[in-house]
This record gives sequence, C-alpha cells and structure tokens, in this order.
Amino acid sequence: MRSLRRRTVLTSLAFAPLAWAQEDHTGGDPLGSMQYPSLREQTIGKASARFTDAVIVRGPAFADDAMNVPLLVDARGLNTVGGGVARIRVSVDRNPVRQVLDFEPLRALPMLAFRIRMEQASPVRAFVQTRDGQWHVGSTWVQAAGGGCTVPGITRADGSWSRTLGQVQARFFNNVIEGSRRLRLRVMHPMDTGLVAGIPAFYIEQMELQDPGGQPWWRIALHEPVSENPLITFELPPQSPPAFRLVGRDNNGNRIDAEVVA
Amino acid sequence: MRRLFGAALFTLAATAALAQPVAVPPFASKPDMARLDYDLKPRQIAPGTWVIEGEVADFTRANGCNIINTGFIDTGAGVVVVNTGPSRLYGDQQRRAIERITRAPVLRVIELNLHPDYFFGNQAWADKPTQALAGSVAGMQAEGGAYADNLYRLCGDWMRGTESTPAREAIDPKTLPQVLQIGGHRLELRRLEGHTDDDLVLIDHTTGVLFAGGLVFTERVPTTPHAHFARWIASLDTLAQWQAAGQFRTVVPSHGPVHSGGAGIAQTRDWLQWLTARMQDSAERGLDLGEVLRLPVPERFARWAAQPAELHRSLTQWYPQHEQRVLGGVSGAR
Repeated sequence: MRSLRRRTVLTSLAFAPLAWAQEDHTGGDPLGSMQYPSLREQTIGKASARFTDAVIVRGPAFADDAMNVPLLVDARGLNTVGGGVARIRVSVDRNPVRQVLDFEPLRALPMLAFRIRMEQASPVRAFVQTRDGQWHVGSTWVQAAGGGCTVPGITRADGSWSRTLGQVQARFFNNVIEGSRRLRLRVMHPMDTGLVAGIPAFYIEQMELQDPGGQPWWRIALHEPVSENPLITFELPPQSPPAFRLVGRDNNGNRIDAEVVA
Repeated sequence: MRRLFGAALFTLAATAALAQPVAVPPFASKPDMARLDYDLKPRQIAPGTWVIEGEVADFTRANGCNIINTGFIDTGAGVVVVNTGPSRLYGDQQRRAIERITRAPVLRVIELNLHPDYFFGNQAWADKPTQALAGSVAGMQAEGGAYADNLYRLCGDWMRGTESTPAREAIDPKTLPQVLQIGGHRLELRRLEGHTDDDLVLIDHTTGVLFAGGLVFTERVPTTPHAHFARWIASLDTLAQWQAAGQFRTVVPSHGPVHSGGAGIAQTRDWLQWLTARMQDSAERGLDLGEVLRLPVPERFARWAAQPAELHRSLTQWYPQHEQRVLGGVSGAR
C-alpha cells in the first residue's frame, strides 16, 4: 500500500509539469479526440457544452456493417434538468460528413435509435440542449473497419430505389420500455452521401409526426450519414393518439406523406 | 413407414435440444509471428487420415488467423487434401507438413465451400487439381478480392503474398453423390447446402470419417455470411440421419474439435434454431438491432469460441430482415 502510494506520487511528479506545459487540444473530451473542439463548434456554434453521463449514447463494440451502425441515444436523464430536453443533435468526429441528425422530441421522449454509416472508427456524440439553453454532451467510441460513406447503398446499386422512394412502414409496440409507446418507422430513401462518384447527395431533410389536429409530436432533420432506408425508433407517451400522419421532404423536394396507424 | 420417419425426426429434434458439450483440447500449434511460422502439426485421427487443427477461436494475428481444420488422406494410391487454409503461407507450410508425413503424391485438393480459409492456400497447390463445387468456384471468383481485403486487415503479415486463387476445377453438382475408390479408401462426395449455397461433404467409408465443412461447428459460434437458415437445419437433419445410420462415426468440422458422434451436428442445429427464434421474437417485441446485440446469451452457448463477436456479425447481417418483416405493409408511396 505504501509503495503504491509512493509510486503514484512519483508518477504525478514526473508527468504533471509536462501535462501543464501542454495545451489541451481536445476541449476536455473524455475520449481524448482532437476533432472534438471543431465538431462542437460545427454542431452547436460558439456555445459551451458540459460532458455528462445523463446523456447515454450506445453503439456496437465493433461496427460489423459500416453502412448500418446501430446507435441508441437516451437523454431521459435530463428530463428534470433545465426544463427538460429541447433538442438532440448527433454528430461523428471522424466522418467526412459529421452531422448526423437533429431531433426535437416535442411531446415524445428524448430518446431514439437509428443507423448510420461510418467511414472509420470514431467517437459518436449526442449534443443535447435543455430548454434553459444549456448544452450537454454524451459520447461513445465505435470501432469500425469503415468505408460506409463512400460505397453506394443496395437500392442505389441495383437501381430499385426509384420505385420505392418515400414509402413508409410503421408499427407501434407497447411495453418495450416503461412509460412509452414505441414507434418504429422505416422510410424508403437511398440517403446518398454525395461521396460516391457520380451520385450527388440525396437525403431526407425533414420529417414531422403530426396528430389529427396537425400538431407536431416530434420533428427530425436527417443528414447524409443516416443509413439507406432509415429505420428510426421513437418513444411516444402511452396516452398518445392512435393515428398520426408522417410528413416530410427530401433535399430534392420529394414529399413524404403517410398515415401512421396503430 | 411415414409415421416411423416422423418419429425419427422427433427424436432428432429432442437430441438437438440437449446438445452435449465437446472437450476443446488446447491449441497444439504455437504460431510464431516473427518468423510467420504457423507451426502446423498434423494429427492422425484414423488409418491414413490426418487433420491439421486450427485454433477454436476467431481470427487473430496471434493465431495467424489459423482457425480452420484442414485434412489429408493418404490412400495408398496418393493423397487427397481437404481445404488449403487462410493464406499462401499456410498452403506452403501445409504442403511441407504433409510431405513430412508421406512421400506419396498429392492427387487432388478438395475445397468444401467458398469461404477464404478453405482455399486461400491454393497458390501452394498450383501444380495440383484444386476442386470445389461449381457454385463455390463462382463464389470464390466473385468474392475473393473482398475476402483478401478483409483478411489483410485482420491478419496483417500472415497474408503476405496471398492472392485469391479460386479452385480451378468445378465439380458439377449433377455428378454427385460420387464414390471414388482411391487406393484402400472408398471416398464419397455429397452436396448439401445452407451454410452456403453449395456445401460439399466428404465421407470416407473406409474409416468412418466425415469432413463436414462449414455445415458443422463445434464449441464455436457458427459463421453465417452466406447462410440460409432453414436449408442449413435441413442439411443437419440429413447429416444426423446418416450418422444414426452408421455412415460415419468421426466428425471433422471445419471449425471446432474433431469428435465422435452427433454432438457437433446437434450443437450447430441448436444454435441456428435459437438464433432464428431470438431474431423473430425480438422483432415482434419491437426491439432495435442495438438492443438485440446487448441481450444475454443462454449459458450453453456463452462458453463457445468467437462469442460474442460472431453472434454480433450474424445479428447485424440478418436481424434487419426480421425487423422489416414485422413492420408490415407500406403507405405513402408517391
């Protein structure tokens, strides 16, 4: 015990001056990523953000399919902080296109699951803004062999995308997690990244879930890294209406408009 | 007769549910990364019959990415080689290891499916007939480049000088089953399917040894990149019937320990049925892939090699189909 303590002291003496002398290029990032400061600025501008375990980001230990990396974001830990969650922005340090999506939960729970493309191993971030304007960041590290952003998707490769563009599949699931009625949505869209030669960026820009009175229950903006034919899992309050309408558009002006019925 | 057959199937299913563990001996080879020496050690398992066992594990640089069992039969009228391993170096060292055991000429080299560790040693056998089912040869030709990229990334220097070299002779499935009397051994080639579209198996009727290829995994999570689950389970039923009928006693799986009896067949069947049910149930409950990856695995599978990485690969590849199926019909088409 004594020798251990002694060794700790010696180690800190040896390294502390070095640490003080070095500038922190990671902006305090617990994952130690030099890309973090520029990612933060790109995602939330000049605002500051605090790292927190209250924002859970989960990815696979290894991205076996770099074109479909499953991510879960759960910011329920901020439900009683700063008036609750206003928006969730997901971004990836080491992707050629780093912004993934921007989610306003509105009347939904502040959590969602979705899949993205990853070009290489990278930290994945969820920047969560509470209603008081404060930003909170959760992170995870995803190992990947990569290549997901720069190869065409399946429906682009076989040409079938144009026959299914904008089709929506949806289903509600009860009792998956406490206090929620789960909605899983799949929208057929190639979600081209613009990084494959000869195929310009082509992606869903905006979607909103509306109740029969036209009121939005959540709103989401997607960016290029979201996987082809996005399958997104939302959590609605158990007392939400039985029927909704999904409306949205892609960056070429194609409209999405579908009934979402239990 | 039909009723009897049904009863036999029921018994098989009951046996599968109680898949017995098989002891995994320590890895006999000590791969030397500095000298790129796989330290291949042929082990005799039956008269004239040797296996060179890979580690019961996932690909790692420490094991040289040698996780496959290759084999050879010294028939008395020449040698038949089964599978050539994951790299050119493996093929070279396999050939020297065989030459240390027997000076008899190699007559032919048989590759049981299209996966890279079945044929990536082929450069060492360029002067011999290398054979695989026609569908496997086509798959080797189509996917060899991608396999090479992946194995160079995973295995590094062990892959030095390796170029995908598909089997040169395609076996027409219409010519199977085919019995070959070679020297003192009566060998039979049969085609099954499900692990891949074309799974070749070799039965040595003289010694009662089955080279089961990728259809049977033992104490190791099965790989599923080209799987058709229902057909694979049907092929395992067929193998179990052949085993029950005494057509073979010893099973050489491509991955996992050599063993007697039906334990490996039952383990593989148990896994495929469990995995199918896990994916169907999870999709019906509305779970996302990320959640399914985190579900615990039953105790009887938890000890297996390549856990959880191989399970995660299978789920990542196959679970989305189950998710899409339960989402049902479409609306909102333009």
